[in-house]
Amino acid sequence: MNKITPLPLADWIDAFVSWLTQAEFIFGPLTDIVGYLISGFEWLFGIFPPWLLLLIMTGLTFWFAGRKIGLTVFVLLGLLLIWNLGYWEDMVLTLAIVLTAGLISIVIGVPVGIWMSRSPVVEGAVKPVLDFMQTMPAFVYLIPAVAFFGIGMVPGVVASVIFAMPPTIRFTNLGIRQVPTEIIEASEAFGSTGNQKLFKVQLPMAKTTIMAGINQTIMLALSMVVIASMIGADGLGTAVYFAVGRNDVGGGFEAGLAIVIVAIILDRLTQGIGASKRK
Amino acid sequence: MAKIEVENLTKVFGKRPNRAINLLEQGKSKDEILKETGCTVGVNRTNFSVEAGEIFVIMGLSGSGKSTLVRLLNRLIDPTEGSVWVDGDDLARMDDKGLRKVRREKMSMVFQQFGLFPFRTILDNVAYGLEIQGLEDQDKKKKAEDALQLVGLGGYGNMYPDELSGGMQQRVGLARALAADTDILLMDEAFSALDPLIRKEMQDELLELQERMQKTIVFITHDLDEALRLGDRITIMKDGRIVQIGTPEDILQHPADDYVAQFVEDVDRSKVFTAEAVMKRPETLTIDKDGPRVALQRMKKEGISSLYVTNKDRTLLGIVHADEVSELVEQGSEDMRSVLHENVPAVQKDTVVKEMIELLTYKNTPVAVVDEDNRLVGIVVRGSVMALLSGKEVEAVE
Repeated sequence: MNKITPLPLADWIDAFVSWLTQAEFIFGPLTDIVGYLISGFEWLFGIFPPWLLLLIMTGLTFWFAGRKIGLTVFVLLGLLLIWNLGYWEDMVLTLAIVLTAGLISIVIGVPVGIWMSRSPVVEGAVKPVLDFMQTMPAFVYLIPAVAFFGIGMVPGVVASVIFAMPPTIRFTNLGIRQVPTEIIEASEAFGSTGNQKLFKVQLPMAKTTIMAGINQTIMLALSMVVIASMIGADGLGTAVYFAVGRNDVGGGFEAGLAIVIVAIILDRLTQGIGASKRK
Repeated sequence: MAKIEVENLTKVFGKRPNRAINLLEQGKSKDEILKETGCTVGVNRTNFSVEAGEIFVIMGLSGSGKSTLVRLLNRLIDPTEGSVWVDGDDLARMDDKGLRKVRREKMSMVFQQFGLFPFRTILDNVAYGLEIQGLEDQDKKKKAEDALQLVGLGGYGNMYPDELSGGMQQRVGLARALAADTDILLMDEAFSALDPLIRKEMQDELLELQERMQKTIVFITHDLDEALRLGDRITIMKDGRIVQIGTPEDILQHPADDYVAQFVEDVDRSKVFTAEAVMKRPETLTIDKDGPRVALQRMKKEGISSLYVTNKDRTLLGIVHADEVSELVEQGSEDMRSVLHENVPAVQKDTVVKEMIELLTYKNTPVAVVDEDNRLVGIVVRGSVMALLSGKEVEAVE
């Protein structure tokens, strides 16, 4: 084997990426848009003083996650702890990154999922891409992200989107395909157009499944925050990353705990929104 | 003109339908074609027509192609070959827009598992067709409520499908189809998922609704009893082919082949056949015209012991018995009315035989059959009922 020259795969990819980076007219506006989204969320969370934001988040959890008293108390105490430990600003940044990544994933992922559900060809083409996106170690995305978007929050979000979007696409596809044939036939038999079928029947039927996908996406995006902090995406991830660098067990644990608390809140919230609200 | 006219309608599932069709035309069987081309023949060159206002039942066992056939009628499945003419337009050659128009305005469908939308209230489910038709909210609500009322679910509009029993859910399915106000109703095994008692109740209700609404109904079922109960005409399918089309009595009396004969063998014939099918022409007396001597002579000639008595326009008055009439003769009286028994067992022409058996069991006299105006049209004797139940031809009885 040693006699055979290794394929210059790395060179090809480098060449491809550097060719892509020429396309400033694409990546410039993209960077701007993602940047606006992040600062939009930051601004939104910034209008409220921490105590009010804390109450709002607690209230939302209570409202959407099935009005469970225990969970609500836990959320309240958890948020108070984050505030007390001094991670409030970091938490707001992390939320901004995660929600931006989640929003972009939904905006791209749901339509792609719908497209897949309508065409076996598209499904066949997209599935391996999704497998690739999910199995490629997440660190690898950091490199082109930096190449295209520089250092900072934006490439962090982009890497998170690539890593976190597949569940939304998969679950949207799955949810629509799982709608019982008879219900689709019922909708068609009354003369629905394709769009009427999609919006009046398929999407409402698939809602719970799609929300499960979105929940997964948000959780995956959150799991990227530490990795993304390596390329300058600030927030709780940075705190963990620095603690690792300083061998600061206590500090690392504090920041990690804050991430866990945020994860639980986001998880229960998105699950709650997905669950049927009637009755 | 027929409401639905089906011409050479064929559906082949698989990758090489054209080859399969060639083979079909050469008269190859379903199995041979599957072996040679890998294609499954769903529906094999069927021809039939459905008249406006009739209940047309398509019956067959699973795999006979009946569910495919009904889906070809509104093109939920695209036919491989053939035509479906609805009011003179061929559905098989329509563009999407035309097809949607037909589905909205001309035919609606009821499904085996109900096909209700679980996230919509009952009222919104029923209003679905109207919503697609683009009706104003007010009209929509009104019509949906009327339809719910019609199936006896007036107060349930705000509930959700999973809060209702199976029978009630299928009423909602029926209401949804009725609300769309189409002439044609396609019912795919609509009652098959229901308990026997509920099923019978729904059958009765469907018949009752049909009396009032006069829809053209294509009803799919695998249950022969259901087919016989509901159908004005029945089509029996096997392996995608139509084996026989006929009225229920037709199919029981003249099965087209062994398959049908085997099928109908165990049917309770007394539930299918009506008085009309087993009655014979009665010997009668006309009151005020025929005296006791004529009566005795007629009974003697026919070898019977009683006679039905009518007036001149054949309205049934009662019955006289031989012993009493001969007493009358001995007394020298002409007053037939004095021996007339007015309280006689009588049934309508469309009464099924089952309901007459008791009448025949405890009395020796035949049962009188009358029309709507109480005019005597025939009598039923034990012998012809027994002949019918034993599966023999009844026509010999005159």
